Amino acid sequence: MKKLILRQKYLIDFTLSSLKRRLAKNLGLLLVYTLIVFLLASVMLFTHSLRREAGIILESSPEIILQRLVAGRHDLMPAEYLDRIGRIRGVTRKAGRLWGYFYDPAVQANYTLMVPRDRDLGQQEVVIGAGIARTRGVDVGDFLTFRSSDGRAFSFRVVDILEADAELVNADLLLVSEGTYRDFFGIPADRFTDIVLQVRNPSEVRKVAEKLTVLLPDARPILREEILRTYDSIFSWRQGIVFVLLGGSILAFVIFAWDKASGLSAEEKREIGILKAIGWETSDVIRMKFWEGSIVSLTAFLLGFILAYLHVFYGQAALFEPVLKGWAVIYPSFNPTPFVDGLQVATLFFFTVFPYTVATIIPIWQASITDPDAVMR
Amino acid sequence: MIELDDVKKAFNQGRPNEFWAIRGVSLRVDANRITVLKGPSGSGKTTLLSMIGCLSRPTSGRILLRSRILSGLPERFLTEIRRKTFGFIFQQFNLVKGLTVLENVMLPAYPLGLDHQPLKEAALKLLGQFNMESKADSKVEWLSGGEAQRTAICRALINDPEILIADEPTANLDTRLSREFMAIIRDLKQQGKTVIVTSHDPVVFEYAGIDTVVEMRDGNLAEA
Amino acid sequence: MRLSDRLFIFIAACLALLVLAFVDAAVRVRLAEPALEARATLVRQLELTDLSLFTEARYTRHLSQSDIHTAFQDHPNSFDHFPSGSLVLPPSHLRVP
Repeated sequence: MKKLILRQKYLIDFTLSSLKRRLAKNLGLLLVYTLIVFLLASVMLFTHSLRREAGIILESSPEIILQRLVAGRHDLMPAEYLDRIGRIRGVTRKAGRLWGYFYDPAVQANYTLMVPRDRDLGQQEVVIGAGIARTRGVDVGDFLTFRSSDGRAFSFRVVDILEADAELVNADLLLVSEGTYRDFFGIPADRFTDIVLQVRNPSEVRKVAEKLTVLLPDARPILREEILRTYDSIFSWRQGIVFVLLGGSILAFVIFAWDKASGLSAEEKREIGILKAIGWETSDVIRMKFWEGSIVSLTAFLLGFILAYLHVFYGQAALFEPVLKGWAVIYPSFNPTPFVDGLQVATLFFFTVFPYTVATIIPIWQASITDPDAVMR
Repeated sequence: MIELDDVKKAFNQGRPNEFWAIRGVSLRVDANRITVLKGPSGSGKTTLLSMIGCLSRPTSGRILLRSRILSGLPERFLTEIRRKTFGFIFQQFNLVKGLTVLENVMLPAYPLGLDHQPLKEAALKLLGQFNMESKADSKVEWLSGGEAQRTAICRALINDPEILIADEPTANLDTRLSREFMAIIRDLKQQGKTVIVTSHDPVVFEYAGIDTVVEMRDGNLAEA
Repeated sequence: MRLSDRLFIFIAACLALLVLAFVDAAVRVRLAEPALEARATLVRQLELTDLSLFTEARYTRHLSQSDIHTAFQDHPNSFDHFPSGSLVLPPSHLRVP
């Protein structure tokens, strides 16, 4: 046993010495390899953590939201629908929601205006999300002026800024009172944006939704489980342009690595001949190459993953910001909560370390079964 | 010690370019002797040497090492015998480039899985015997011809083999270094080694210390 | 020092960092629990349905509330104007034929 380990150590010594010979080339390979693992791992960690977080916090969303559709478009919900719903078994609370979008030409950003149910705001008072505060450069006590749908200027005093810690959900929120909201957008008192329904027993939600569609054929119920499912599938990390772009670079790397790992130069072949002639077994040569492949790929994996972890969970995934931000002016500033899925990490490990190692061994197999007397010829 | 019994070797057998390099050689090599295989290039001496050193197998005939038949043994055993019994000095020295002198000398012992420190000391001691200890950490491509050869000799001796095999060892050396090499060979014989050398260099086969000269021509032993 | 020993030290250090990353993740997830709870509370109070990650269009701002039938807006095969649309798929209930 001890002999076996000592033997592997010698083989590793030899492998490292031979890697050292072409130091620049091998370091370059390691660098590219590490970069690819870094990008893959960053995407994986980032999307997984967002998905988990979305799942956890949206668990508190309303059980059912009822939208009204007119000619296939989202329309305002008449207040009488609340009465038409009447009493459905299992529904413990029903209420109209008021929310909408407002485009602020001053900074070319879209806000989400909302009427909170738990705060009493005055006519000219507004509570803003931290993203808006940052973009507009305002603080508590400052004033914001917007032009309403009929052209009047509304001046609001910022009375509060929503918790910066929760920017993931509140970055672009702008909370106003119901009266102001209706006045600002010109929405009559008997209209809501949509209706929320609270259902205590989760097993009754589907039944309630069915009843609602029968009762109100022009309404569309959105269930909480659908919201959760949406967010669960949305950050499907295998998809998207990041992977398409990465696909190209991965392919380039595969070609490069394959060429590097699988092509044996005449010099390497000669070297294998020497090793065999001086008493190395075929299996020693293969093991030595196995170590070469494993060392390179394991190092790349470890470095890439550690860097990706630092990037995503300590560096706010700064490299992804341009992609996520897109055309949006308001972008939440947040450090993702480090949810790490061991299985995903293991998958990444397997797909980055295993193929490279195999690619290094296969050609050596052919070379090392040739007769050792080749060196004498 | 080594017996060859009607050994034949063909290359590309069964193909149009079939070529018989050895056409039936019977030979005895005694222990603790210096034997020189002499002959022009293409006479088959290197092929014969590689079969004696278990680097290749004869197409027909038998090779016996201490009355044990080698020719039929599987690859694994051949490698083991090669590692334990033979030390090789090649024509181009065949040192592994990029590695240090010390690493090159230790290379044949790597598969044995010995403790590192004693092995390193043994290698340094060997290098010391050949006045090479100051070069232990230099890369082999920076060595002079004589130094490279002494490195190759140290490498051949690291596993303490009984038989030393040298293929055209003086081909890349000037006369002075060739003489030096033969003196080393003579010393090794005095230490109890058996040496088999191929050469067409008069410095080698006319050297006083050698015991037997076997002349080869066209794959056969030339009748003396 | 032998190269293999140096490598072992290096790999061991990397592995230690890897383990440290997992430990760090576990600790920070635990420390983040109150913050997660606070976010969940905000979601409950304001009856929020979506993350404010992509604020450029309403179907990216409110993914789960987007219209089903509006032409060329949320169609699974529609070309996206926004980079975020390439990172985020249309909701699954829209992708079902």
